[in-house]
Amino acid sequence: MSDFFSHLVARYNYWIYITLMMIGLYAMIAKNNLVKKIIGMNIFQTAIILFYISIGAKKGATIPIISHGSGHEAHVVKAADYINPLPHVLMLTAIVVAVATLGVALALAVQVYRQYKTLEEDEILQKIRES
Amino acid sequence: MKTIALIIVIITGSFLLYATVDFPSWGDPQSPASTHVSPRYIERTLEETSVPNVVTAVLADYRGFDTLFETTVIFAAGVACFFLLRAFGKERPATGLYRHLLTGVTVRIKGSAGLPDDMEEFERIDTLWTPYDPIVKVMCQRLIPFIQLFALYVIAHGHHSPGGGFQGGVILGASLILLSISHNFRIALRRMGERLDALLCALGVAIYAGTGALCLLLGANFLDYSALAGILHVDPVTARSHGILIVEIGVGIAVMATMVLIYNNLASAGKFDEGL
Repeated sequence: MSDFFSHLVARYNYWIYITLMMIGLYAMIAKNNLVKKIIGMNIFQTAIILFYISIGAKKGATIPIISHGSGHEAHVVKAADYINPLPHVLMLTAIVVAVATLGVALALAVQVYRQYKTLEEDEILQKIRES
Repeated sequence: MKTIALIIVIITGSFLLYATVDFPSWGDPQSPASTHVSPRYIERTLEETSVPNVVTAVLADYRGFDTLFETTVIFAAGVACFFLLRAFGKERPATGLYRHLLTGVTVRIKGSAGLPDDMEEFERIDTLWTPYDPIVKVMCQRLIPFIQLFALYVIAHGHHSPGGGFQGGVILGASLILLSISHNFRIALRRMGERLDALLCALGVAIYAGTGALCLLLGANFLDYSALAGILHVDPVTARSHGILIVEIGVGIAVMATMVLIYNNLASAGKFDEGL
């Protein structure tokens, strides 16, 4: 049991992001309303962003901006002093792309609403079958 | 459906949780993600690009291709929103609502003709309920210039502090969206027209790709900014730093214009007549 708890404490970030991700996945599968599905997709994306950012963390390190004096005197930069910049780069673009894809998803939802006058999935399917 | 979803979610979740046993613990400096390429980035960035902010250098230089196509994705998303929603043709709503600015009286005018848009005493308001709230309007009016100034600072200072084209572009776009929300859609559209917006959207991507192509013309690889040293009259390392700045400005413009384009199309449902 104490094994389990030490594991949990060392890796609690993964537990948080998996919980969030599953909430998003559940919303995408089970919810009937298209906007709620889109919100689920966004929660899912947020979980992935959190996952990447938590991977980049290093204990005792600071943000990846190299401290330097004026001029360019050579001084040794130790990688252990700065957190991993790569996940930050990837997620920086992913956040903006997430917003853009959210826009496209909402635009599609607006078009679906114009066509079928509803955003409920079962009603849309029924209208498709009737026509 | 809900039970099936719950079963799927629980099974997937337990598999993922089981997999965490093999993951490095939180904040481990020896984790696989931090041991291969990232130490090189951290140790060599300052001497290779003279940019202290490693994130900016990796974003716009080492991973320049990735960022170029991310920007293209954003541009494509903006264009997709435009083509999905934009409805051309100027049909006005059957009744126009106008507020007399001095007295606060609302006038309803039937018929599609209505009053001209640029009258001094009357202000056209949306047909849905629009409250008259001077506090919100005045506060946003005072705040928006500072938000935009901060956005420009974030873009220009991306080399030395957290920031860069994406962040600054989003802040700049948010300031224009705030204008649209706090005042009304038509005022924001008069400040930043649809045509200008679409042009800026493409211009941002063109600046980015054009910088890359310029490097190609000067005999280096695509997006190898050290080739710009001859044009900018600096040494190749500083030329990389300047190249990153040019590219970040392009990204900022593209992101700002795309955010506004997506908002305009969504908020007015493509009619460009009344906003939220």
